[in-house]
Amino acid sequence: MKLLNKLLCVAALLGAALGTPLAQAATELKLDKAPVSFSNASLQNGAKLFVNYCMGCHGASFLRYNRLTQIGLTEQQIKDNLMFSTDKVGEQMKIALRREDAKQWFGVAPPDLTLVARARASESGTGADWLYTYLRSFYRDDTRPTGWNNVVFPNVGMPHALWSLQGEQEARLVTKDDGHGKKVTEIEKLEVVKPGLLMPEEYDAQVADLVSFLVWMGEPSQETRRGLGWIVLAALGVLAVLAYLLKHAYWKDVH
Amino acid sequence: MSQINALVDKGKEVLGWVDERFPLSSLYKEHLAEYYAPKNFNFWYFFGSLALLVLVNQIVTGIFLVMHYKPDASMNGAGIPVAFASVEYIMRDVPGGSFIRYLHSTGASAFFIVVYLHMFRGLLYGSYRKPRELVWLFGMGIFLCLMGEAFFGYLLPWGQMSGWGAQVIVNLFSAVPVIGPDLSVFIRGDFVVSDATLNRFFAFHVIAIPLVLLGLVSAHLIALHEVGSNNPDGVEIKKKKDARGIPIDGIPFHPYYTVKDIFGVSIFLIIFAAVVFFAPEGGGYFLEFNNFVPYDPMKTPPHIAPVWYFTPFYSMLRATTSDFLPALWALVVVVAGLSFVSCKNVWVRRLCALVAVGTYWGFFGLTVFGKTPALFDFDLLGVHFGKGLDAKFWGVAMMGGSVLLFAFLPWLDQSPVKSIRYKGGLYKTILSLFVVSFILLGILGTKAPGYAFFGVIPGEPVAAVCTLIYLCFFAFMPWYSRLDKTKPEPERVTWK
Repeated sequence: MKLLNKLLCVAALLGAALGTPLAQAATELKLDKAPVSFSNASLQNGAKLFVNYCMGCHGASFLRYNRLTQIGLTEQQIKDNLMFSTDKVGEQMKIALRREDAKQWFGVAPPDLTLVARARASESGTGADWLYTYLRSFYRDDTRPTGWNNVVFPNVGMPHALWSLQGEQEARLVTKDDGHGKKVTEIEKLEVVKPGLLMPEEYDAQVADLVSFLVWMGEPSQETRRGLGWIVLAALGVLAVLAYLLKHAYWKDVH
Repeated sequence: MSQINALVDKGKEVLGWVDERFPLSSLYKEHLAEYYAPKNFNFWYFFGSLALLVLVNQIVTGIFLVMHYKPDASMNGAGIPVAFASVEYIMRDVPGGSFIRYLHSTGASAFFIVVYLHMFRGLLYGSYRKPRELVWLFGMGIFLCLMGEAFFGYLLPWGQMSGWGAQVIVNLFSAVPVIGPDLSVFIRGDFVVSDATLNRFFAFHVIAIPLVLLGLVSAHLIALHEVGSNNPDGVEIKKKKDARGIPIDGIPFHPYYTVKDIFGVSIFLIIFAAVVFFAPEGGGYFLEFNNFVPYDPMKTPPHIAPVWYFTPFYSMLRATTSDFLPALWALVVVVAGLSFVSCKNVWVRRLCALVAVGTYWGFFGLTVFGKTPALFDFDLLGVHFGKGLDAKFWGVAMMGGSVLLFAFLPWLDQSPVKSIRYKGGLYKTILSLFVVSFILLGILGTKAPGYAFFGVIPGEPVAAVCTLIYLCFFAFMPWYSRLDKTKPEPERVTWK
């Protein structure tokens, strides 16, 4: 039995050890940690950015406008500032762009973004990390139809929607030995060559707010869920103690 | 006081009325109050009742999900498939919907965790041994239904992994000789996974399989209560009875095990709730990230991974390449040879020879281990007689077969003792290797092909070795279980 226990422990440890760190070795993508904040200020700013810069092409068709009351806005504020395509506050955040047209213009119809923060999670990082890095990794590339390319999403169909804020970045290339005697050209870093309206740190903060909003939108009830979770766990903890005492009391006469 | 007595009398009267028409009291006695279970159940014996709990959870949450879910692959106004959108509708607009959905999706993974541990208990203590063969076989039926249920259910959210996972698995059937391609179209109802597939999978998931599942669970319990529960010592408590005919080491299931199981349930629920409320995606293993993207039949994801509970078997499918077949054939020959030597029956011996020759042809056709060109080729209905059957077919056979192997355990295990407590080092070592292999296969199945452990140990040979260990655990059991140096079983169960 001892041997078996030992081997089982080894198996469990192997399982635990192999579960996480290896996966990262396989992918080369390095993502920056997104400073996600669920404060009303961040989420409201994110909502503003989303409606102004993203909703031209991307819908958020699972989210209703009046859900935004959850992030501290009144229905009147939502109507006055965020609703351009409908006058019903219970309406979903859909867009007028026709998928067929979009497909012709961009090569691919812009995806609905309600769940993008959940869908983009991977072994390299959370969906928020991906989005945060992606939105800061656009650079000028004249070989692309839109004139833009992206480090995180090579040959992406989307142009840099936030370029007026960030400015224009260019890629600094570096030629390296690939370890097998061949020369490969890689992007070393991106440099802002034409400044935008914002300083780099300001731009990062705006993107962080936008990403926070996208994360919130992926599951608007996530904070309620976690809050409720503690209550449920506490109640179940009490149940477990009572159940243990009950069992103990009943089993006294088993000899 | 007299009022209470009157009420008690009234209650007895009602019960008597029912008992004359339906065996309520006797069912209660037979299965709860006078079902005598061994008193030495340990940790591993919680998982049977937990499986029942999760089954009830799946059915109850499933009923509420069906009230709002729409099995419809057509696009809604925003260009999203209706089925996909209806899941998000449940998550956002149905009161309590996200909670119900997470209970269901986490419940699916919990079901497999609980059932795998329940089956492992069977391996530890020989719960499949005589007289519990049918308990085990009904259990196998439940396990198969569960796999079917999980597979059909996974299509319903209509995400990328739903659609492409189903496409990959249904395509496996096309590897079956002669009827394969037609069979996979027949299962899908279309040439790709489409609305027709979604509708039939919905029907299987919500009614066909659950019906069979409930029947099998009843049979599993009836068979168990007929023969009585095994225990960690693997000795029969029915052999030692007191004057009233009650096993000395038995205690009534109710109240002793009901109160004990309530405690087990509360611990399980704490872990379960922790996942539901704090990590419902289970790190991408319970809800795969790519499944938050609607299914697009025109866009193949770079890596299609089945959900974690299928990955050990999926790994074995992937390991079965044409390079692996010689090793597999060697195993078949050794097992057939051993059976030939140990069995005097002429028909068994002929069967052994036939299996060795038949699998050689099936694996390699008329070539030398698939390395040389075929002597000739004769093609009948897509079966190439000179080349044997495609490795893909053997991969599918491997995946199905590796699940079904569990069903043979009652007859493969020839050990004089049931429980691991009295088995020798040989069995313990082999069982440990089996468990390690199963876990490694499970890990590999979640990874893309070409994966290497720690970036250096390539996954493919590990999968091949683990597959062979998995097979050897079953294939050589009749011999190593006899060779194993066992300890004598005690007369009665050991307790405290």
